[in-house]
Amino acid sequence: MSADVHLDRISIRFGNFTAVKNADLRIESGEFFSFLGPSGCGKTTILRAVAGFQNPTEGRVLIGGRDMAGVGPNKRPTALIFQNLALFPLMKVWENIAFGLEVRGIGKTARRKRADELLELIALTGQGDKLVSELSGGQKQRVAIARALAVKPEVLLLDEPLSALDLKLRQHMRTELRAIQRQVGVTFIYITHDQGEALTMSDRVAVMSQGVVQQIGAGSEIYREPATAFVASFVGENNALRGRIQNMADGFAQVETEFGPMRGRAAPGLSTGDEAILFIRPEAIEPGEAAENSFSSRIIASEFEGHATHLFLGREGGAKPIVITRPGGGDGSLPSEGQFALRFAPEQAAVLPVGEMAGE
Amino acid sequence: MSADSVRKAMMGFYVLLFFAWLFGPLLIMSASSFNAASFPTVTPWEGFTLKWFTSLFGNRDIRDGVLTSLTIGAGVVVVAVPIGLAAAVLMTKLRSRTRSIYYAVVVSPVLMPGVIIGVSTKVFWDRLGVALDAPYSSFFYDGLFLTVMGQASFISAYCMLIFLARLQRFDRAQEEAALDLGASHMQVFFKVLIPFLRPAILSAAVLAFLTSFENYNTTVFTILPEKTLTTVLASKVRLGTDPSISALAFLIIAVTIFGAILYEIRARSEARRLGAR
Amino acid sequence: MNDAAPTGARRFRLPTFGGLGASVGIVFIILVAFWVMMMILLPTSYMVEYSFRFDLPPGKVGGPEDVHTLDNYRFLLFGPEGSPERLWLFGHEFKANTLHLNVFFKTIIAAILVTMIDLAICYPITFFMAQRATGGMARLMVLCLILPFWVNEILRAFAFRILLGTGGVLNTFLMDLGVIAEPFDFIRQDIALYVGLSYAYILLMIFPLYNALESLDRNQIEAARDLGAPVWRIHWRIVIPHAKAGIASGCTMVFMLAVGALAMPQILGGPSNLWFTQVIYDRFNTSLNWPVGAAYAFVLLVTCIIFVLVVMRLFRVNLGEIAK
Repeated sequence: MSADVHLDRISIRFGNFTAVKNADLRIESGEFFSFLGPSGCGKTTILRAVAGFQNPTEGRVLIGGRDMAGVGPNKRPTALIFQNLALFPLMKVWENIAFGLEVRGIGKTARRKRADELLELIALTGQGDKLVSELSGGQKQRVAIARALAVKPEVLLLDEPLSALDLKLRQHMRTELRAIQRQVGVTFIYITHDQGEALTMSDRVAVMSQGVVQQIGAGSEIYREPATAFVASFVGENNALRGRIQNMADGFAQVETEFGPMRGRAAPGLSTGDEAILFIRPEAIEPGEAAENSFSSRIIASEFEGHATHLFLGREGGAKPIVITRPGGGDGSLPSEGQFALRFAPEQAAVLPVGEMAGE
Repeated sequence: MSADSVRKAMMGFYVLLFFAWLFGPLLIMSASSFNAASFPTVTPWEGFTLKWFTSLFGNRDIRDGVLTSLTIGAGVVVVAVPIGLAAAVLMTKLRSRTRSIYYAVVVSPVLMPGVIIGVSTKVFWDRLGVALDAPYSSFFYDGLFLTVMGQASFISAYCMLIFLARLQRFDRAQEEAALDLGASHMQVFFKVLIPFLRPAILSAAVLAFLTSFENYNTTVFTILPEKTLTTVLASKVRLGTDPSISALAFLIIAVTIFGAILYEIRARSEARRLGAR
Repeated sequence: MNDAAPTGARRFRLPTFGGLGASVGIVFIILVAFWVMMMILLPTSYMVEYSFRFDLPPGKVGGPEDVHTLDNYRFLLFGPEGSPERLWLFGHEFKANTLHLNVFFKTIIAAILVTMIDLAICYPITFFMAQRATGGMARLMVLCLILPFWVNEILRAFAFRILLGTGGVLNTFLMDLGVIAEPFDFIRQDIALYVGLSYAYILLMIFPLYNALESLDRNQIEAARDLGAPVWRIHWRIVIPHAKAGIASGCTMVFMLAVGALAMPQILGGPSNLWFTQVIYDRFNTSLNWPVGAAYAFVLLVTCIIFVLVVMRLFRVNLGEIAK
């Protein structure tokens, strides 16, 4: 069974500090939903509010349509996978998995049977009598998942569970997590600061910054159509050109940038004369002349990355260089010295209001 | 180079001297328990005997004293270990400001001289008994009860410090995990926290018992007409000159050394077991 | 499942005793409250309050004569009414309880002396254990240090009686050697007491020192030596500052225990030389004047608190570091 989660305008404050500001969203039953944001953005606080470890200062948390106010974490149909996993070190693997059943007063044989089933699901068949300390990092990870699934939760909450693993294992676990989610069909709420994780696994992602949900949407949507400057700068690589909007037409805005006037899709609410930022992805910039959205620069550095090469282009006044990405091992057609022309399509560029930027 | 080796030799000599000073008195005392002289000494040596051991076992005061000490020790364990545990767990739940006041109060018995604890316990319960008009046979005037109260007042603090040290290594996420999996607060406590604290409970109990068994300064005020092993010993040693005390000391030393060796063997095999993995 | 929510909504509130749960939380609070009130705060306050009362027969307790007084403290300073004892100070003659005041100051000075002796004895040993000895050696030394302290304090005192008594091993030995002709009375001269006290509290000096010195990086000493610093300077400038908290803690513990010692002075003290705790003991067990005894105990407690405060000030450490 699986349930939807509704955060009904919740705010969470600790003294003067507002950790979550008016978050209002609905997570569908059976969805894989991620909260993405830098550390301290309030995403863990939201998760703890869903789990029941934190009471919202304002607003309600509804799970399966039921208001969770006053319902303790041990009475909610949720199961949380902790960042450090919080496995019980003094119990065997199977006892860990069956703990939730033990506290519900289920008999030992039934518990053992269920634990064995789950061990099979996580591909650890026959390892139930080991101690937790005898397992590898990835195995511990899977035991934590099994322990949470053992109580048949309607919503599974995951608090950066892959952050302690090394890169290879992390990538492997992404696939595995997604597969487990499909198999059990439970609503997953996933917290991460790693956009790769959020974009690859989730049905939808909520990007958060400073306690505010900036944008909710499918991964591709967030990448292609960022709603705020923060989302544009946080998700993926992006070049930012700042300037004043000269004119607006047909949903496009023309911004006076350091490279001259440039055109891009305008976010709603912008009007002529506003200060704005034009964002353009590295892979959307290509060499060549064009009637509009064209500028010239020169290469100051390059980074070879196997499937692609990043080129850094010089900019006036020591500003952060423009990054462009070319497929393969570099492009012989580009001059390594001297100025050359570049262009991008207006459809590929997003003009957004000036706002908080990631990594500042 | 030679200055260095001179320094090393001096240091070695000092270490030897130090341990000779540490063990010398105890060895001489042990030896005196086998000397036939009627006065506890090794000079002059009047021949080997075991008679002081027989006289020790025949000594009624000492036997009664041991029994009283055991009873009090058990009482102190029963009182001090739960209090120490509760105090340590509460400490982790307090906020910084209340916490420092609380800490100062509960640690104060550790720093307070045992004599003062004895005096205050004796005065307090006596005055309370008078105020409540309690009969003289009530526990207000019972030496065993008073001694347990007095000793437990600081032994609880020892236990608390043991528990605090262990709790520092406890991952609070485990409590939350158990709660999240549906455990009640009671179940979290008994199924997660207590198993984690089990080694600390054992060492706290042992420490509480041994400290109680040893105690003199507090006990001598609170014990009233009763006698524990230490008060019996103290009066015997003060008045007299009975080599059967040496015999008792020898037995205690022998048991201690035996225990230490046992402990060391266990610790070594434990280390080997962990190292092998 | 849906109908459970409304009732739970009002009952359940986080944090419940900081997440302890109601039943466990209540039991814990009762236990700690009993400890703090009935075993720490109230007994101490009763003792202090009692020290400001007259020693009355039970019939008069609560009667018109049961009022507060400073008499018991006056007794410590000036002795009983009409006592002939006088003290000369700055060329003036004062009426004074010279016996008890002497005992009081002697106790404090002797306890400080014992503390200094212990620090002097333990520092080299601890330094050796923490910095020079290898792992196995240090373990063995720690074990050997602990062993004697499992032996009852009274028996340890007894051992020194055997060793230092007039007919004791040391006297016989010295006489056989011809160093002395007559047995030397170590006990009457209080030497036995100081030796015994120094011996008794060695461990409490060693452990804090050891913990502090063990954390000192050996490379720091190597570096200082490399720079040509003489041994004493290495200790003065590097080792001792590092071990400051340990020294403070060790000194406090030894002083407190020495000043509050009762068994050792009773067994090893000379018959005419009292320790302050023995005076207190006598008020409760021989001369039976409890309020005076309580007053003396309070004076001892205040002395101890002042000592701790002075040490905290002098070494700039806090209570937590001392009680560790």
